[in-house]
Amino acid sequence: MEKGTETVKRGHAQMLKGGVIMDVVTPEHARIAEDAGACAVMALERVPADIRAHGGVARMSDPELIAQIMASVTIPVMAKCRIGHFVEAQILEAIGVDYIDESEVLTPADEQNHIDKTKFNVPFVCGCRNLGEALRRIAEGAAMIRTKGEAGTGDVVEAVRHARSVIGEIRRISAMREDELAAYAKEIGASLDLVIETAQKGRMPVVNFAAGGLATPADAALMMQLGVDGVFVGSGIFKSGNPSARAKAIVKAVTHYNDPQILAEVSKGLGEAMVGIGVTQLAEGERLAVRGW
Amino acid sequence: MNIGVLALQGDFEEHSICLRKLGVKVREVRLPSHLNGLDGLIIPGGESTTIGKLATDYRLVDPILEFAKSGSIWGTCGGLVLMARDVGMRQPILGLIDMTVERNAFGRQVDSFEENLEIENLQGGPFRGVFIRAPRVTRVGSGVKVLCQLKDGSIVAVRQGRFLATSFHPELTDDSRLHAYFLEMISNRD
Repeated sequence: MEKGTETVKRGHAQMLKGGVIMDVVTPEHARIAEDAGACAVMALERVPADIRAHGGVARMSDPELIAQIMASVTIPVMAKCRIGHFVEAQILEAIGVDYIDESEVLTPADEQNHIDKTKFNVPFVCGCRNLGEALRRIAEGAAMIRTKGEAGTGDVVEAVRHARSVIGEIRRISAMREDELAAYAKEIGASLDLVIETAQKGRMPVVNFAAGGLATPADAALMMQLGVDGVFVGSGIFKSGNPSARAKAIVKAVTHYNDPQILAEVSKGLGEAMVGIGVTQLAEGERLAVRGW
Repeated sequence: MNIGVLALQGDFEEHSICLRKLGVKVREVRLPSHLNGLDGLIIPGGESTTIGKLATDYRLVDPILEFAKSGSIWGTCGGLVLMARDVGMRQPILGLIDMTVERNAFGRQVDSFEENLEIENLQGGPFRGVFIRAPRVTRVGSGVKVLCQLKDGSIVAVRQGRFLATSFHPELTDDSRLHAYFLEMISNRD
């Protein structure tokens, strides 16, 4: 019996495909998310919109809170640790979370190194803005990738930018010769082996989700049509007027992302969406997506 | 042969890729009308609560039960959970196989594992079983044939007539023998 293999780590993310992973801050939120059809939840003390508002240093959540959320649902529970903070990751693995998000939403603990994720049995998801960043994270052992987007804004523009960049680059390298791939790998700072594997498959070797600023069923379906495998919705659900209705609608929108009739139906009467912050209004220092190396 | 893969949530794409390699036509099933004209249906791995809710909301449960009167169905992992008669908690299930299932029976993700399996009537040596937050079968009725057990006795593959269920994920390996077995089940049925 072999545990913690690449196949079971990457495979768990494959089970989440076509699904919605929702940020929750209480066991009650987690149950609402599960009832709405979330395929997993992200257990947090504060959703990204509140992390922005609160300021200061954002750290791993209290293990007690994460354990309570784990006890309240049967679906997988993820939790975030700071970039490079491998001890927070060890603690999350010790309490048995199903996935760790090494996340730019928290304050980075290391400005040069990410966690060596191959050392863990628990799988990791990491954010990216482009293919080079994604493949660097995979080389470090990430078993799942997501766009960074700009968390806590309700503005989908950065998630679109990052998904288009990653997926567009994959289309581009799929047409390259092998000698061109070598130069390309050097240019984007990624391993040649991973670049070749991605070019041959026409996709990354791990699952790729959208995250960061999604707030509506239409946002979720937009990301799916651009070619991601599933979506994270953070502040967009529990910062809205009717979380349960919005959560259910986003779940349906991800399954039926190519069916405008169903998308129209599920978008009706959801109440207020979260109050957004336009990404262009953010000062450079307030942007979370630039964190990560 | 036309095979449908329930495409509400989970790794339906991986099943489709395996089936296409074996030369069959594959259709993603999201709405009741997508079941028309299929010879077999695969219910993939994924979150069984999510798949069950989406199947209920889009009125797929009765059409799948109707399809099951003559069609063949194979559930992997979350799909096995949906095919059970009893899963020990309240969630939408199909009840197609007379068995009781324990969800997440081996623990959380850190306990997910790979193991070489001996599967009854499957030629060509051991099959690599990939178990991810996997369920196990804790009781089977008299009409249910056990195809595979782990060393500790856990039942991880069963068949009842036209219905097949596995706790593990053949679609995550390059081994297509169980997909071929399912297609053979369909060809050989009366």
